[in-house]
Amino acid sequence: MSFKVEKRQELDLRLFYLTPVLAVVLTVLSGFLLFLLMGYDPFLGIYYFFISPLLSSYGLAELGLKASPLILIAVGLAIGFRANVWNIGAEGQLTMGAIAGGGLALALIDVQAFWVLPLICVAGIIGGMAYAAIPAFLKARWDVNEILTSLMLTYVATLFLSTLVFGPWKDPMGFNFPQSEMFAESATLPIVLEGTRLHLGVIVALLVAVTGWVLMTRTIIGFQIRVVGQAPAAAAFAGFSRKRMIWLSLLTSGGLAGLAGLFEVAGPIGQLIPSISPGYGFTAIIVAFLGRLHPIGIIGAGLIMALSYIGGENAQVEAGMPQAVTGVFQGLLLFFLLASDFLARYRIRFEAHTAKRKEALAP
Amino acid sequence: MNDALVLGLITVVSAATPLLLAALGELVVERSGVLNLGVEGMMLAGAVTGFAVTVTTGSATLGIICAMAAGMAMAFTFGVLTLSLMANQVATGLALTIFGIGLSSLVGAGFVGIAIEPLPKLNIPGITTIPVIGPLLFGHDILIYASIALTGGVAWFLKRSRPGMILRAVGESDESAHSIGYDVIRVRYMAVLFGGLMAGLAGAFLSLSYTPLWIENMTAGRGWIALALVVFATWRPWRVLFGAYLFGGVTILQLASQAADWFDVPSQVMSMLPYVATILVLTIISAGPWRTRLNAPACLGKPFRPAS
Repeated sequence: MSFKVEKRQELDLRLFYLTPVLAVVLTVLSGFLLFLLMGYDPFLGIYYFFISPLLSSYGLAELGLKASPLILIAVGLAIGFRANVWNIGAEGQLTMGAIAGGGLALALIDVQAFWVLPLICVAGIIGGMAYAAIPAFLKARWDVNEILTSLMLTYVATLFLSTLVFGPWKDPMGFNFPQSEMFAESATLPIVLEGTRLHLGVIVALLVAVTGWVLMTRTIIGFQIRVVGQAPAAAAFAGFSRKRMIWLSLLTSGGLAGLAGLFEVAGPIGQLIPSISPGYGFTAIIVAFLGRLHPIGIIGAGLIMALSYIGGENAQVEAGMPQAVTGVFQGLLLFFLLASDFLARYRIRFEAHTAKRKEALAP
Repeated sequence: MNDALVLGLITVVSAATPLLLAALGELVVERSGVLNLGVEGMMLAGAVTGFAVTVTTGSATLGIICAMAAGMAMAFTFGVLTLSLMANQVATGLALTIFGIGLSSLVGAGFVGIAIEPLPKLNIPGITTIPVIGPLLFGHDILIYASIALTGGVAWFLKRSRPGMILRAVGESDESAHSIGYDVIRVRYMAVLFGGLMAGLAGAFLSLSYTPLWIENMTAGRGWIALALVVFATWRPWRVLFGAYLFGGVTILQLASQAADWFDVPSQVMSMLPYVATILVLTIISAGPWRTRLNAPACLGKPFRPAS
């Protein structure tokens, strides 16, 4: 018996939405193997990593807390990925948003007014947008590769944040620790679930995802984004501007990443410190793909990736596993997802050697 | 004065060598029409494997070989996904980097803080001690000589050898190469594996010679700078060498100015220099009248599936 691979005339949509589930299952299975290889009880490992965080209300609240920045950023990135604009510097835009909004919060530290919080949110968005404007300008003006520029800017942003908290923005009463003063009450996100750290950001993230969904499916601009990505020639013929798409997708994803960064410092952290994100900007890339670049899918994918962070912390506390397991799982998940996509796009047909069987098998 | 200058040049070259090795590998990959953005991940895999094997077995040679094998294993994964399963090359490259960062810190967790002897130097009695020329040309790490030889080797391979010409044909027009009977996928697998080997070697140089230590995420963006160097060099091997040394210079300038406090700025600001320089260089190359795009392999990043 032999087999033949042929391209499907149309993408198998059922499989297209089923493969993320397959990828998650395969990742959990390889987690089993990984734990075995590392000398841990694999059943216990899986339990600590994927199940026990879901059993407490605290764990569920943490899940929402970590999923919010991932969802916010991934919704923005998905727009760009659809239009073939590869912003992989969301981590840097997140940092710049935190710096812009957090800096304003520090400047207004003595002000107790309701408008402080919305104002620093806007500053966070602008900070992220302005930072994403650099690769957008370079790409639109001279076609400079946005993958490399946005990534290089991430390193610059992290160093800039470190300059500030080790230098001018260091808390004078902070025993020389590299951290700013704690933000005032008026610049801190309200908690939505009493007794947990879950803050208003989670509601904003959900609203953004729904807005993204409406934008992509119900408006002309969403249609243009999809055409520019899938059929550049047709888009050019129809007069859709490629440059406009570059600006639109980078500014949107930058602004949302900036907001996510502000939510981190005005939420669970409450001040500026040298490291404000465990790589949310990079993980959001996986979230965008796992969610099929679809805002609603991204909500689910964000929750799954959030689980990989919480599971990693949990397994570290409970079983002493290294935190790096999280990164391995995240990488594996994306591998499996990309590999299983093959099933949705191609058909594998097994052929028996007799012609009769062949005919019988053909649809 | 001479001594300081010689010492400066030597440090520039050793800072440039990992960039040169990784970028040469990626250049061959891209010339075959494949864009592998996972250089950073493959370098980390090589760095941690090289270090772990050297510490465990005591043999640096074995460490280097295993580092290259680790880079190739990562590259093979990339090949299976993008060449056999036709996955998106950009996404797969990113996955390779995320996976490499995670896996290397997992494997390396037990090796943090261990110090090893750096790689042996090429010492020729009587010659290494000749003033200026001696220390400049001799007495370095063997991988530094290897990197220069490899530059020549890759240049010759691409320009003069038959397999090199086939590789370029595959990168310029996969359809035509296929129709005159070349196995496009096989050629690309070979190129991708070579890229992994070189990235692994670059990683091994970092952890076995440059630092020599294992530190989590120690490549610090060098894999991405190597990718930028290939564009900067407009896909030509000797220009990669020039670009790598230029970047080595920027790195050393930054380290020296931090040590000597030449400029009154925080050390972090100086550390931004290589990244800012990468952006500037990419912009100049893309904006300039050099017509970079014409040099890019025509099939770069395009998936290929033979019509059967």
